[in-house]
Amino acid sequence: MVSGGTGSMRVPVSVFNNGDGVTRLVAALSLRLWRLFYRMPSGAARRLVPRASGVSQAGLIPDAGIIEPVVKRLKPVDVVIVGGGWSGLVMAKELVTRTALSVAVLERGPARKLAEYAAGMDEVDYNIRLRMMQDISEETVTHRHSTAAAAVPVRQYGSFNPGTGVGGAGEHWGGVSYRFDEHQFTMASHLRERYPAKALPENLAVQDWGVTYHDLEPFYWKAEQMMGVGGKAGNLNGKIVEGGNIFEAPRSHEYPNPPHKTNYLMAEFTRGASELGYHPYPVPAATLTENYTNPDGVSRPACAYCGFCSRYGCMIGAKAQPSNTLMPILAPKKNFQLRPLCWVRRIVHRNGRAEGVVYSGPNGEEILQPARIVVLASWTLNNTRLLMLSGIGERYDPATGKGTLGKNLTHQVCVGLQVFFDKPLNSFMGAGGLGMAIGDFEGEEKLEGGVLRGGGIRSQSSGDGPISAFGRIPPGEVQSGWGSEWKKAALRWYDRMGSMMFEGDHFAYRQNYMDLDPVYKDKFGDPLVRMTLDWTDHERSQEQFFVKMPPQQNLWVAGGSGRQPRL
Amino acid sequence: MKRREFLTIPARSLGGSLLYTLAGDPVILQGQDGTVRVPLRFFTEAEALIVAAASERILPRDEAGPGASDAGVVLYIDRQLAGPYGRDRRRYIKPPFMASFPEHGYQGKESPREIYRAGLAQLAGFASLSNAEQDAKLRAIEKSLFFQLLRTHTVEGFLCDPMHGGNAGLIGWQLVGYPGPLMSHRDEIDKNLGQPWRRQPKSLSDILGRPVKGWEEVDL
Repeated sequence: MVSGGTGSMRVPVSVFNNGDGVTRLVAALSLRLWRLFYRMPSGAARRLVPRASGVSQAGLIPDAGIIEPVVKRLKPVDVVIVGGGWSGLVMAKELVTRTALSVAVLERGPARKLAEYAAGMDEVDYNIRLRMMQDISEETVTHRHSTAAAAVPVRQYGSFNPGTGVGGAGEHWGGVSYRFDEHQFTMASHLRERYPAKALPENLAVQDWGVTYHDLEPFYWKAEQMMGVGGKAGNLNGKIVEGGNIFEAPRSHEYPNPPHKTNYLMAEFTRGASELGYHPYPVPAATLTENYTNPDGVSRPACAYCGFCSRYGCMIGAKAQPSNTLMPILAPKKNFQLRPLCWVRRIVHRNGRAEGVVYSGPNGEEILQPARIVVLASWTLNNTRLLMLSGIGERYDPATGKGTLGKNLTHQVCVGLQVFFDKPLNSFMGAGGLGMAIGDFEGEEKLEGGVLRGGGIRSQSSGDGPISAFGRIPPGEVQSGWGSEWKKAALRWYDRMGSMMFEGDHFAYRQNYMDLDPVYKDKFGDPLVRMTLDWTDHERSQEQFFVKMPPQQNLWVAGGSGRQPRL
Repeated sequence: MKRREFLTIPARSLGGSLLYTLAGDPVILQGQDGTVRVPLRFFTEAEALIVAAASERILPRDEAGPGASDAGVVLYIDRQLAGPYGRDRRRYIKPPFMASFPEHGYQGKESPREIYRAGLAQLAGFASLSNAEQDAKLRAIEKSLFFQLLRTHTVEGFLCDPMHGGNAGLIGWQLVGYPGPLMSHRDEIDKNLGQPWRRQPKSLSDILGRPVKGWEEVDL
């Protein structure tokens, strides 16, 4: 069968041998679980030709074809973990240190070494060409605004940068380390209690998580100790502490480390916010503010504010990265294996139980890894896609509201604001989480214009490379974007721009979801994940709320150092 | 086989550039007087001359300081286009290609190499025009994707680490006051607030004491 007009393709098929001579082959290619059974000699590997071609009504299926190269079957392990980032390696650490279970982590990207990060302090390769990110030529996502439109693939990175390699996005993150607030766990109940039904947006699909902030607080604390987060508590066991975020949920402990040092931009933000009656606090950061040894006995040095943080690996290991925070514990363990360059393509399952995974190995060979437990830790988009490709779960249908897989896709509502200063900021210095914030608009008390949930407002000095910083000129200064006059303005305003960001809750709506794209494929010929998502009037009102409220625009202007802001 | 093309440029435009011998050994060239013939990786000599002239109009040498030609921007662009970036090694390029909303980014089929080649074909004879004529030509195409790329790459080549072939003699970093990728600012991050902290810049190779290769050199 041919679909999508792309010619013949190899069919990705997962083979599982249950050991009694009956080999079960799961061709999880369909909207519905689609199963074929084959008989082959136990343990033997050979070329298989699927005989059927159950194309779904939506035509989502790659062509039936020949499986090659030959499947290799490995010895079973107890647990296989898909994805070697924070989630996967935290899970691995808990399992291998507290049980005798054998654990194999499969990571599609390469191994990472701290020693290699210094040679990566280069703006062109890492900040502009995004060298640490997933290879988007092999797999991407598609997006459309509604079910009425055709989706197009994200062809180069824009608003989000999925990581790859051991440590995942945890290697290139900036270290900003927030907790959810209490209401974010019980948002549906909270909104219903607070607002009349007619005030809620149409098609709102928010649900309570089923766990509360208080259930998770001990684990937040554990994670913050592991990473060595620096900050200042604003609510310690219900006691309000000035200097921290007084609007945050209660913490059982002060942060493991003190806040970051204060640079010019932070000092001015603090001054302006205080003058306006807000409550500035230091952004909590997993870039160590002091030399630190965590409860696992892993030592890391204090942040050097080199400015190569977000989108880079930290060359001294001050930033909490799975490679320097978890791998030192995991690497010596005999019941732990890490396999880089292994791309999991199917979960093998029978009678509602996962029995292992099939992955593409470093040389492109198809490998079956049987396991008693399969852990998905490869980010929301890929976890969802892998379940869909494997024929597990009931896929969400926005028309009927039935199904859960792919349901309630959310993003984040971020609005940036730029402010120009008369004095230089030395913005090439910095760290991903270096900055100040206010939480005064996180609750509902100060909201207007139909905004049901606000958000945090923060300013960071993440470290600006000279290419990114060049050409940031206040609007109206020059007509042209090139030439001598432009160059002079760019030089005059070089290192004079600070930015502020509003980050608000994005509600789940019935129309925002994920499924498999009917047209675009990954490098193996498997369908990409398709996001159907658009902003609603509520997100637009959140944006306008931040843009239009003069006190927020004028945080720095109030402090006396900033000029008029621009969006 | 394609005839090897060379570009003749002032030797100072190569100050600090990393080149490779035929044996593949890295050599860091120091700025000097006179001219040198540099082997081109992607452009023809005629194309390189157009790119050099056009990037100099985007970022000209003027009373405010050196320009694109002083920094060897054309070498940066030549190497980027010859490398993985130029041939879309890291872009999703499976069809069908469909027009879409601006927020979906560039959806076209053409790679940066192809965009340059077509764009430069429109600028034949550009290098020998007067400055005013060159500006008029560029003004006429300034909304094009080709010009947008050229403008972006000119800034990149002016302010990149010299390992990529631009920013010769760290001339761009000296001009803006960027000290290079220093390993620590722990002692100065919270001092001299509102005052410029400036140092004679150093490249990453200077700082690490060994040559560092750009992505375009290792993933050809």
